[in-house]
Amino acid sequence: MERVARASSLLPLSIFLGAVFLVPHTAAGEAYRWVYPWIPGLGVNLSFLLDGLSVLFALIISGVGFFVTLYAVDYLHGHRHTGRFFLFLHLFMLSMLGLVSADNVLALFVFWELTTIFSYLLIGFEHESAESRKSARQALLVTGAGGLALLVGFLLLGIAAGTYEISRMVPMAASLQEHPFYGAILAMLLLGAFTKSAQFPFHFWLPNAMAAPTPVSAFLHSATMVKAGIYLLARFHPVLSGSAAWTATLILVGAATAVMGAFTALGQSDLKKILAYTTVSALGIMTMFLGGQLAPSLMAAMTFLLVHAIYKSALFLVAGIIDYQTGTRQLEKLSGLARSMPVTALGAFAACFSMAGFPLFFGFVGKEIMYKGALAETMMPNLTASAAVLANGLMTAVAGIFLIGPFLTGPARHGEPGAEACGSMCSGPLILGGIGIFFGIVPEFVGSYLVSPAVASFHAHMERVKLELFHGINTPLVLSAVTLSLGAILYLSRKRVNRAVCRSYQAIGLDGSRVYDRVIEGVAAVGRLQNRLLQNGSLHRYFAVVVASFVLLTGYSYLSGVQALPDIGAPGLATRQWLLLLVLLAAVGAVVVTRSVLLAICALGVVGAGIAMIFLAHGAPDLALTQLLVETLTVIIVSVILLRLPGLGGAGRKSRARKSFDAALALSVGALMTTLALAMLSSPLDRSVTAFYEQSSYLAAHGRNIVNVILVDFRSLDTLGEIIVVATAGLAGFALIHRRRGRS
Amino acid sequence: METALAFIIGIIAAASIYLMLSGNLIRFIFGLVLATNAVNLLIFVSGRLSRTRPPQIPEGSAVPAGPVANALPQALILTALVIGFALLSFVFILFYRTYQSLGTVDTESMRVAEPREDGPEDGEGPEADREEKARGEEAE
Repeated sequence: MERVARASSLLPLSIFLGAVFLVPHTAAGEAYRWVYPWIPGLGVNLSFLLDGLSVLFALIISGVGFFVTLYAVDYLHGHRHTGRFFLFLHLFMLSMLGLVSADNVLALFVFWELTTIFSYLLIGFEHESAESRKSARQALLVTGAGGLALLVGFLLLGIAAGTYEISRMVPMAASLQEHPFYGAILAMLLLGAFTKSAQFPFHFWLPNAMAAPTPVSAFLHSATMVKAGIYLLARFHPVLSGSAAWTATLILVGAATAVMGAFTALGQSDLKKILAYTTVSALGIMTMFLGGQLAPSLMAAMTFLLVHAIYKSALFLVAGIIDYQTGTRQLEKLSGLARSMPVTALGAFAACFSMAGFPLFFGFVGKEIMYKGALAETMMPNLTASAAVLANGLMTAVAGIFLIGPFLTGPARHGEPGAEACGSMCSGPLILGGIGIFFGIVPEFVGSYLVSPAVASFHAHMERVKLELFHGINTPLVLSAVTLSLGAILYLSRKRVNRAVCRSYQAIGLDGSRVYDRVIEGVAAVGRLQNRLLQNGSLHRYFAVVVASFVLLTGYSYLSGVQALPDIGAPGLATRQWLLLLVLLAAVGAVVVTRSVLLAICALGVVGAGIAMIFLAHGAPDLALTQLLVETLTVIIVSVILLRLPGLGGAGRKSRARKSFDAALALSVGALMTTLALAMLSSPLDRSVTAFYEQSSYLAAHGRNIVNVILVDFRSLDTLGEIIVVATAGLAGFALIHRRRGRS
Repeated sequence: METALAFIIGIIAAASIYLMLSGNLIRFIFGLVLATNAVNLLIFVSGRLSRTRPPQIPEGSAVPAGPVANALPQALILTALVIGFALLSFVFILFYRTYQSLGTVDTESMRVAEPREDGPEDGEGPEADREEKARGEEAE
């Protein structure tokens, strides 16, 4: 199994190499488009577009995917469900690749939801842990709800644009922004992007998603899936951006997320939680810069995307190695790792320096372009710049926490110092860290082959923005220096800062995760309530609900369509008819009132016989005959069985209130039946079917008794069905009795 | 007669619902018998009762001589009577077996599939409470 898993890393590797071959072409501005009709009638195509943006994402997805696959083989060594894990991982990777290359919004949505589902499966991979299941469900519900909003947005967009192809929407951007749906489209798309990319206030699911195995956190929850929201914002930047709503929302939400995430990261003690909150912060920075309109801001967003994917996946792999080798991820228990794990430490150093943004590391280049981009914007440049400085300073401090405590201080306090991990686990962080340094040394190359083509595919008026190691002494350089010193100060005073952060969180008290918990509890409470009201196990309750629904629904539909109350003429009955009806009523009353089973059975017989008399008096001798026969048999069976049961006293209704409730319900049914019968009698009778039978009974079927002819000739199949019902009832009854005998 | 029967139908239906709502299985059976009768009568009345001659074709004629009673509802009721009888026989046996297995005819005590969560209710208080609520629902 492990050999198969290791071989499966060839899949991301070959995709990565394929994407590398595309790089020179996309850098020259080429784009590749394939269209496969899927549901042509609805305009849904499986159309794919590979341009600079897609290729950048594909490189990140397949590159990180390759290292994570190799790493996970050893990380999950001996796990029962290794096969399942790699299946989910690779299917996730393919869906993610589909997401970043789809050109049809509905195809994009399908891939989007697939990534949500695989994220759910991978977070809940350790499905025997309750925490794992809870986190998986939370991630699924939050991102799934965002996905539904996204679908609404896409459908509105499709209606407004008349096409579902993104590449055809881009030329219509101006008219789409005038469209009355624009506000709704923007809100829905942003909701989808913000939930997926863990923006405030939906960020809470991401730290909880750390319940997943560490390779998953490195892959899905730092490098790829959470970037899907960023991808969406970038992809729809030419269609939807430019309005004040777009810019203001993205900058404000992004800035809030960036600062809040970084402050929270400072106070964490679990290595993975630290990384999760800095990921939230990094996603906030990208969102904030995608709010911009000019090339430098967008370059900053895409550069930082690459910077972050490289160093953060390396750091997650490092955290996984530490956990695997020492058995803990708690900061206070870790020390002296640089000596016991030199190779891992090297990777960690490279990644942390990139995260802190030291010169010669790729993170430095990312930071410089960020400040340049922020200052070039016209809308809220100071807010963006200061949020970026603060968030970057905090991340520098976090990088210090990650590096200095566990790696540099003292000898191992933990019992087992932990040996170095095997080669294939170490190679991931080491190579990724090395890439961070390499890219930091040759930023011009990265800029012109990877970042600029990506920005050019969603920003047409591309003025040339170069990524450079040294821009000369200017404001961004000063801000970089400020950031590093701010980071040092924050690191030294981290305990005090953390206390202040905790206090302010308690003071604000608003927490997305608490709202989520309350919603979940609310749903469960509604379920319990409806269970108590409707499903309480009492037959009386069930029956009353059914009858009351019948009365209310039927009564409502009758009353809402009624024109005039039914006309009640005087009955004008002969004395013998009055007598018959009175006997009938008395018998019905006796059944209801009596406490003697025998009397009730006799009264039932009287009711049946009375109805037979009515049949006889109104031209239905066959009915009367059958009714009398059935009634006689019923009375016999009832007598045989019911007289063996206990009497009518004792069991049943106990309270007076329930008696009057039952009576009210029963009377309303009776009143409704009478009203409906009267309404039916006052409407004209259509005798055409009867006339047909009267005409053709003898001529077509040679029978003189029309009722019999209908039953045995015209509707003989119905009669066959009736016979089957009788036979089935007989068999079932026989089986019930027989089984009893067999057991005793 | 039709108008009078409309009222009779309502009364029998009310009586049958009242019997079926009682928690006693035997009364439930009585209610079922009455419900069958009420529905048969309703179908019969729907064909109108003004013509009282049976729907038959006399010897030597191809069509009925003069107006006869409506044959269609009669055919329906004939089917309903037989099926109703089959259903009743089965229900009798089922209820008898239920009584043999559970030892009670009180439906509120039949809790094999859905056991009570809050223990047996002895007092009248919660029972009456629930009915207040149910009546509120009905009043809407």
